[in-house]
Amino acid sequence: MSDQPILTATGITRRFGGITAVDQVNLHVHEGEFLSVIGPNGAGKTTLFNLISGQDRMNGGTVTLDGRDITNMRPHKMAEIGVARTFQHGRVFGNLTVMDNVLVGCHTRMKAARSSVPVVAPVLEILKALIRPASVRAEEEAMRAEAREIIATFGERLTPRIDNPTYSLSYANRRRVEIARALALHPRILILDEPTAGMNESETAEMQEIIAGLKAEGRTILLIEHKLNMVMQLSDRVMAMDNGRVISEGKPYEVRNDPKVIEAYLGHSTIGGGRPASGDPDEGSAVGVARTRCDAPVAGQFTLAGGSQ
Amino acid sequence: MEFISNLVSMPWLDYSISGLVIGSIYALMAIGLALIFGVANLINFAHGAVFTVGSYIGWTCLVALHLPLGVSIVLVALGTGIVGALIEWLAIRPLNRQSRIAPLLSTIGVGLILDQVIHIVFSPTPRALSANIPNWRIQVGNGTIGPIDITIALTAILSAGLLYLFLYKTKLGMAVRATAQDDDAAKQMGVNINRVNMTVFGIAGALGGIAGLLVGLYFNSIDPNASFQMMLKGMVAIVIGGMANVPGAIGGGLILGLIESYGIGLFGASYRNLFAFAVLLIMLLFRPNGLFARKGERHAEPMTGTFVSQSKPVRIPKQLILALVVVALLLPMANQPYITQIMTNAYLYGLAALALTLVSGTVGLVSIGHAALLALGAYASALATTKGLPVGLGLIFGGLFAGIVGTVLAYPAFRLRGHYVAIGTLALGEIVALVILNWTPVTNGALGVFAIPPLELFGVPLYGTNQSYWFVLGLLLVFCGLQVRLLNSHLGRTWRAIREDTVAAETYGISSNYYKGLAFGFAGFTAGIAGAVTAHQWSFINYDSFNLQFSVLILTMVLLGGMGNVSGAVLGAIVIAALPEFFRAVAEYRMLFYGAALIILIRFRPQGLLGSG
Repeated sequence: MSDQPILTATGITRRFGGITAVDQVNLHVHEGEFLSVIGPNGAGKTTLFNLISGQDRMNGGTVTLDGRDITNMRPHKMAEIGVARTFQHGRVFGNLTVMDNVLVGCHTRMKAARSSVPVVAPVLEILKALIRPASVRAEEEAMRAEAREIIATFGERLTPRIDNPTYSLSYANRRRVEIARALALHPRILILDEPTAGMNESETAEMQEIIAGLKAEGRTILLIEHKLNMVMQLSDRVMAMDNGRVISEGKPYEVRNDPKVIEAYLGHSTIGGGRPASGDPDEGSAVGVARTRCDAPVAGQFTLAGGSQ
Repeated sequence: MEFISNLVSMPWLDYSISGLVIGSIYALMAIGLALIFGVANLINFAHGAVFTVGSYIGWTCLVALHLPLGVSIVLVALGTGIVGALIEWLAIRPLNRQSRIAPLLSTIGVGLILDQVIHIVFSPTPRALSANIPNWRIQVGNGTIGPIDITIALTAILSAGLLYLFLYKTKLGMAVRATAQDDDAAKQMGVNINRVNMTVFGIAGALGGIAGLLVGLYFNSIDPNASFQMMLKGMVAIVIGGMANVPGAIGGGLILGLIESYGIGLFGASYRNLFAFAVLLIMLLFRPNGLFARKGERHAEPMTGTFVSQSKPVRIPKQLILALVVVALLLPMANQPYITQIMTNAYLYGLAALALTLVSGTVGLVSIGHAALLALGAYASALATTKGLPVGLGLIFGGLFAGIVGTVLAYPAFRLRGHYVAIGTLALGEIVALVILNWTPVTNGALGVFAIPPLELFGVPLYGTNQSYWFVLGLLLVFCGLQVRLLNSHLGRTWRAIREDTVAAETYGISSNYYKGLAFGFAGFTAGIAGAVTAHQWSFINYDSFNLQFSVLILTMVLLGGMGNVSGAVLGAIVIAALPEFFRAVAEYRMLFYGAALIILIRFRPQGLLGSG
């Protein structure tokens, strides 16, 4: 890990009408670091990621990548500089095959097939697609070989289905295709928005292994996740959000034990009487229960909430 | 200078009154469209035909049966109300929301059928409509108001009032409002969605029919060809008002009426329709949520995402394709010049369909203005060759011109989605036709271009029946080959990715505008050449040679074959363009056939004969 963060977001704010979904959030990631963002439903996690990766435009704040200002940059430009993300509900191209989905991830790295010559670029790109000079064919072959390799990292899950349209795949397999597509971009930063949402225990464990493998490769990863066990095991650092603000940040166990975080998950003292009826907050109260559960290394997943927004 | 003096001397009050009167008729049209858009999330393209049906029921009551005006209005409302409800029952409900663009296309089919029926029953020529309304006029400032103005205004206000009472004072009205807000939630609360939809289509039909009668009264004549223009006026009004916003639709109608009225005063009547389209485009580009939308409000984008049904295209064996090509090549040997000509014509349609299936099927921009690309190519080649350019170069010039100008014109529509693309391209198509009509020094205006040199390629004449057959077949095969090659390259998957999920495609580095532009450029080139060849074959073209009906026809071919499917486009063109010719009896009722084909296709085989590519 170097001293200079690779990605820095400062004072990010996004308002929808009267609601401030993301309020003055600061965030930074170092090269090779694994940062997780947790928080209850509606905390603003996905909105924050949308702002960082260019899907949405922020009302205030700045984002820099390697010192370069990328605030409110268009999503396709973000991809060009190496920001790749997956979507919370999985957005594969249904009528495209698994292979084609992953090849779309290679798009930004296609140098021979595309053209950047001003004015005539469109004509050149069409002509090259029609004539297919050797360089274009070689590039396409190289991309296909690499795509096959990436797909193979998911074991026998995707390889046998490589030429099937993704609408015919199971939900979990579509999420895998999404991650394969993101890896094909060779991202500087990989943003994963609830990669295990809707998966069962064994699928989750398998996905966690794959993500652990990505971390071991030294990738820089930003993760939104509700399954706390996974967050605790994978993260170098954890940030907790609630009501659009960062309420806690630090080592995984610090954040987990932060009373503010526990309160955010289990009820607000200010809204609707989140406090349980019993008098003592530590004995038999919801907060107490939560703490015990968080500490206990239960075999299964402790899911605080499933899918936000 | 003339403009300035017009501006000063214009009788503003007179123009304001006529603007408001016409505007209130537009508002009646728009209310129906807005109600339907609210509950069914659909732009009803048959609404214009319902308007025409209304004007003919009105003619039957007033002129043929000599009924009093009041009774006639009620009968018109009843008649077109039933027509509206039937449209919902027969053409919309069976679709069961299978894909989001399907009901829109289905209503286009209904519109074609209704128009053709009116043509068959009442003849395609306009008729006079008078209602024995007294002839006095009241002086107001420097303008006058007559009883017909008052009748129209009163009828419009009364209709809007009744609608308000229905929506806000009855249980069914509440159900309509609930469905408009959230149909799933309404369904869960026990609202009978089908009944709500049928009611809304019925009310919209009644209002549209009344508008038809009133327009007839205002101009003293009714025209069986007015459907499309009126439908458009209503659509522009709801775009101004904010789609499903009923009070907005009324405001939009009045605003449009005023803009048109002032515009005619300043520029002349031949520009009447241009204002509507210009307003439409400006609104789509700058205020797609309408004038009355609150700022910063986030609207759900209608009709995003996939509309191409999830299916695998039918793979045709190479041998079969080869065999068919050989048969096609040998066809002129049969010595049946009539059949050869029909097939030449079908191949030209095929070339146009090939271009449309690329932009609408592969990239997902459903275009109802495709004819404009052919018109651009046809005019470019026709004008250049009549001034001395060799025909061979003229064809290429036509293709390039259509490719470049078509893409530049369509570029603003690239940021639109779903139904808005359909509206935007439709407006573009009409604007191209209107510019051709009004830019007389260059295009020869309404007279059209005549004495266009016949087909020849660098000295080799191609105007014999067989030669032109082989030439057009050759063009079609070459362009099929090119398009298949493009679809198999990285461009194919990139275009399909944009169609499937534009947001995800952008996230993976695909600049959707750029690649939509590439597709439009190539399709424009293909369509431009098709248009140019057509021009040289006909030797005469005018602004109406490539009209909306032409666009709808090509779209039907593409749907029939399967969106994005290359061989499907050719098959669709042959079936639609050639089949009616072989059955003479059907040829008379061509539009009936097309309309029925469209509706049946969307209902029973939405992926087309050969599946979506």
